Amino acid sequence: MAARAVGLVALAALVALPPLLPKYFLEVLISVLFYAYLGESWNVLGGYAGQFSFGHAAFFGIGAYTSTLLFLRLAVSPWIGMVAGGLLAAGFGLFAGSLSFRYGLRGPYFSLVTLAFAEMLRVVAVNTKAVGSSLGLSIAPRSAPALFLFDGKLPYYYVILAMALGAVLLTRAIERSKLGYALHAVRENEDAAEAAGVDTLAMKLRAMAISSFLTALGGTFYAQYYGYIDPSLTFGPAVSIQGLLQAIVGGAGTVLGPFVGSFVLTPISELSRAALRGRAGADVMLYGLILVLVISFLPHGLVGWFRRR
Amino acid sequence: MSDLLRVRGLTKRFGGLVAVNRLDLDVGAGEIVGLIGPNGAGKTTAFHVISGFHVPSAGEIVFKGASVVGQKPHAICRRGLARTFQIVQPFAGLTALENVMIGAFNRTGDVAEGRAHAREVLDFVGLGSHRDAPARTLTLADRKRLEMARALATQPELLLLDEVMSGLNPTEIDQIVGLLRTIHARGVAILLIEHVMRAVMALSHRLVVLHHGEKIAQGPPGEVARDRRVIDAYLGESA
Ligand SMILES: Nc1ncnc2c1ncn2[C@@H]1O[C@H](COP(=O)(O)OP(=O)(O)OP(=O)(O)O)[C@@H](O)[C@H]1O
Ligand SMILES: [Mg+2]
Repeated sequence: MAARAVGLVALAALVALPPLLPKYFLEVLISVLFYAYLGESWNVLGGYAGQFSFGHAAFFGIGAYTSTLLFLRLAVSPWIGMVAGGLLAAGFGLFAGSLSFRYGLRGPYFSLVTLAFAEMLRVVAVNTKAVGSSLGLSIAPRSAPALFLFDGKLPYYYVILAMALGAVLLTRAIERSKLGYALHAVRENEDAAEAAGVDTLAMKLRAMAISSFLTALGGTFYAQYYGYIDPSLTFGPAVSIQGLLQAIVGGAGTVLGPFVGSFVLTPISELSRAALRGRAGADVMLYGLILVLVISFLPHGLVGWFRRR
Repeated sequence: MSDLLRVRGLTKRFGGLVAVNRLDLDVGAGEIVGLIGPNGAGKTTAFHVISGFHVPSAGEIVFKGASVVGQKPHAICRRGLARTFQIVQPFAGLTALENVMIGAFNRTGDVAEGRAHAREVLDFVGLGSHRDAPARTLTLADRKRLEMARALATQPELLLLDEVMSGLNPTEIDQIVGLLRTIHARGVAILLIEHVMRAVMALSHRLVVLHHGEKIAQGPPGEVARDRRVIDAYLGESA
């Protein structure tokens, strides 16, 4: 009851306050929700099913490139391109997943294979003129809501807010369903899950499809919001790390973990980026450090630590 | 014959080691069969193969009239054959209830229904008061019960139990024996691997004895206990 009240107040604040915020704070808040969304998307596979993907950038990039190319080349609205990108990413996720799961890749091996898939796509993008190679693709700014292009930041804020809330509600529904239990069983012990009648391969693929679909939508949002994508911004390892970082720091396999993670981490990373301006790689080192500290001292993330008290 | 399980010529090799060698084994509906033999005889390996965790090197496994060779464990479980693990494999981070619910979802997609069934099964095995305890906090005896509860919740027709009594004290063993009698009375056939002789002797209608992967004897418990080769196998082991 109390939790629900806090949730409603937080939601009301997230809806009502942003128009009053200065531009800089609005941008930070958009980043917070964006990374929370990426974390939530990763969480379905990484947190609930325990399959630690290091390659979610593959899905993010597929989403960003699909909607942007459809828009630039065929004038398809990115709202539609977004769904197309999601489906394509889910297809790719099922392909990559069945390859690695069928061959029994678990733990770090699965992580490495997903990383390799994302890197492979990045290299393909870099070397393909038709998708802009390393120069990337730009979307000229204008105001056209039907084309997912808005004047000012505020509309983008509400879009990412809606996406993030959608991801939370979906995750909550999964958690309470038979699928959620099956995913937890897979995460805890695959042999025991099979023995109890859980089709572990099918469950992992289902989580993979949902997770990659959601991540791809984030890619389209990124392309529309920043108006520019290139291979390393979308397929680069930093994207993969960003997603899993929010979830792990906040609490992998919990509905609100990625949100908590992002509300804590994103402002820190914005500040440090300003402080360490120009020092390439400094932010990645900072993430590495945070990750090591959290895994050592808060194995269940901030949410787990909170619950335990 | 109303055979539930019919195993013929089952062989499992690990490289040069023949862990199970041309095993024939039947379990009829409503039967309790004890599978005994010294350490390393191949009992657990036989379970792994029958339940789909290992692919047999040779042989036939027919459950309810259809071959299950090559099927995944979850598919075999759905057909009605459930097993426990000698080294208990709880979902450590989940509660006792959640562990059993996952078994219950084998027969229902409805979460409330699965939860209700899981509660009944937990009460039945005597873990009702530990419902919300994380599985990792349970004692060994309770984890063995949990292992059985999860298998039972899948509503099997045949239950494969791998040393569910080992490491338990005499009182706990008696409780498990009582439990198995009730499970059997409800119409579930049981194939039981057990080193606790008092319990297997009391429970089993028939015994099958494995030694170095081969079946060296079978029959009613009283007869098997007097079998020369069986006595030698066990004495040979302790000598
Ligand atoms: N995965 C495996 N790879 C190689 N050898 C194995 C494997 N599993 C079992 N073995 C070997 O097969 C033989 C039979 O082992 P198994 O575990 O089936 O015996 P068991 O009858 O269950 O013994 P215990 O009573 O000690 O549990 C042993 O020699 C064992 O070392
Ligand atoms: Mg054994």
